[in-house]
Amino acid sequence: MSNLVIAEHDGAEIKPHTLNTIAAAQAAGGDIHVAVIGSGCQAAADAAAKIAGVSKVLMVDSAEYENQMAEAVAPAIVKLADGYSTIFAPANTFGKNVMPRVAALMDIQQLSEVSAVLGEKTYERPIYAGNAIATVKSSEPTDIVTVRMTSFEPVAAEGGSASIETVSGTGAQDLSSFVGQSVVSSDRPELTSAKIVISGGRGMQNGENFGMLEKVADKLGAAVGASRAAVDAGFVPNDYQVGQTGKVVAPDLYIAVGISGAIQHLAGMKDSKVIVAINKDDEAPIFQVADYGLVADLFDAVPALEKELG
Amino acid sequence: MKVLVPVKRVVDYNVKIRVKADQTGVETANVKMSMNPFDEIAVEQAVRMKEAGQADEVIAVSIGPQQSQETIRTALAMGADRGILVQHDGEIQPLAVAKLLKAIVDAEGPGIVLCGKQAIDDDANQTAQMLSALLGWSQATFVSKLEIGDGEATATREVDGGLETIKVKLPAVCSVDLRLNEPRYASLPNIMKAKKKPIDMKTPADFGVDPTPRLTTVKVVEPPPRQAGVKVADVAELVSKLRNEAKVIS
Ligand SMILES: Cc1cc2nc3c(=O)[nH]c(=O)nc-3n(C[C@H](O)[C@H](O)[C@H](O)COP(=O)(O)OP(=O)(O)OC[C@H]3O[C@@H](n4cnc5c(N)ncnc54)[C@H](O)[C@@H]3O)c2cc1C
Ligand SMILES: Nc1ncnc2c1ncn2[C@@H]1O[C@H](COP(=O)(O)O)[C@@H](O)[C@H]1O
Repeated sequence: MSNLVIAEHDGAEIKPHTLNTIAAAQAAGGDIHVAVIGSGCQAAADAAAKIAGVSKVLMVDSAEYENQMAEAVAPAIVKLADGYSTIFAPANTFGKNVMPRVAALMDIQQLSEVSAVLGEKTYERPIYAGNAIATVKSSEPTDIVTVRMTSFEPVAAEGGSASIETVSGTGAQDLSSFVGQSVVSSDRPELTSAKIVISGGRGMQNGENFGMLEKVADKLGAAVGASRAAVDAGFVPNDYQVGQTGKVVAPDLYIAVGISGAIQHLAGMKDSKVIVAINKDDEAPIFQVADYGLVADLFDAVPALEKELG
Repeated sequence: MKVLVPVKRVVDYNVKIRVKADQTGVETANVKMSMNPFDEIAVEQAVRMKEAGQADEVIAVSIGPQQSQETIRTALAMGADRGILVQHDGEIQPLAVAKLLKAIVDAEGPGIVLCGKQAIDDDANQTAQMLSALLGWSQATFVSKLEIGDGEATATREVDGGLETIKVKLPAVCSVDLRLNEPRYASLPNIMKAKKKPIDMKTPADFGVDPTPRLTTVKVVEPPPRQAGVKVADVAELVSKLRNEAKVIS
């Protein structure tokens, strides 16, 4: 029995979600091979070979994989798939984009956003915005699984010494091409892996007021997130959105500020260890999941919080 | 060109769902059902394309029980021209849905298929990508902006790091995200008009597709509840509790 993990990388480095995905593969048992598919990705393959628990790296280094277009990457995964009992990828926008394409090409029904690997082709996954947990058993020859990253502790990035096998590319495609991206870089920790997250909602009123949250975030070493309402209103960019259809986070501490606590928002944060809610409405549903609730006007409470943190 | 929009009937997003006592699934009897919210956005986009002269016909397709006709009627009231219902009772999984949609695409020849990014019941986020693979077409997922050009489309995608812009050759399959547009409410006259628009009735057997689930549901349970928390009086008490009780900040 062996498992193939599809690495998310930028050519030079392996992205952290790959380490959570490998942890899910470990739960399945058996050998773990990692596929690094890219253009100019030798450094990423070298990094993958060092990850604890990985016994082999399959490197497909060819021009057609630049920008990781699904139409190019999916055939490469299909080419590598032979003989694996399970193929894992992270359930982030990378894995969600590519893996169903792979599954359809192989005539396999994918398992999305798996939160527990129980063995014997059986898995747990949240449905209905996490309001129910389904246990499902696959009858496919190869299971294709995307992994809910927050449900698995990442494996160590160092400690392994896997061999690297080179596999040839699958050829250019002309269906799609990359035009550009607007990615805002920040010194704060990444939302999905931060130990502390502070999120703002519609109650923040505008984008400038998020500056108050950023000040608190900087004192705590936290990432800043948001509700859908705050993103839709243009206060902050789309990549801040936490929830059913945004990012799933499970930090040690989640602070929700001016967020009512709609089920779609809770879906993305209710596995956090400790939840704090600051809201002026003492009946806001967010208080039902909060360990510590503060009924207050956020425009008083947030500056006071920043001061109190010293 | 024709635009095909797959619309799924799901438990309304406002309903607080209940897990059945026998753990076989989620209670759907006597529960308000609606069109999957992402599919409303897809219908809106298709109708706007028609209004802009970029499309000449909008076809809404649903796969599900008889009552999915209501979902198709909603799309027709928003401005879709006709509907196709592939009637199927019981669970159907994304790969089988994608196979049925492929057969309909083969028969209808649309220039673009606009799916929702995810159905809010199964939370699968698979169908558009699978359909695109089965057709050998290009795909643009999680689209928040779409411009139709000559033989190609430019799509802005919501990705983890921010936004990404790609060009896809037409025909293409897109999956739409929340911020693509704001769906309209159907007006009363349009709801009346929708009643006269045709809906074609089909079954999976008509397309030679086996709808049997490949994944078996062993059980469905409620997630573990969170323990009730406490209210704190002020910021000082909050910070003290976080430091000394929860020990999550230093
Ligand atoms: C298909 C679908 C998918 C969705 N996906 C997501 C998702 O991924 N993530 C998500 O977050 N939402 C999602 N939503 C939206 C969700 O249903 C809610 O509409 C949204 O979460 C509400 O955001 P909010 O809490 O910021 O706004 P509101 O519900 O308007 O709440 C604002 C809160 O701020 C409080 N407030 C206002 N002023 C102050 C003040 N001065 N001081 C203190 N408190 C104040 C108010 O009391 C209120 O509780 C989705 C919806 C649909 C239909
Ligand atoms: N039974 C169905 N009938 C019509 N469209 C569907 C059906 N299931 C899925 N879809 C389409 O595929 C999208 C994604 O669904 P899913 O892959 O199940 O998350 C939905 O938003 C719909 O556009």
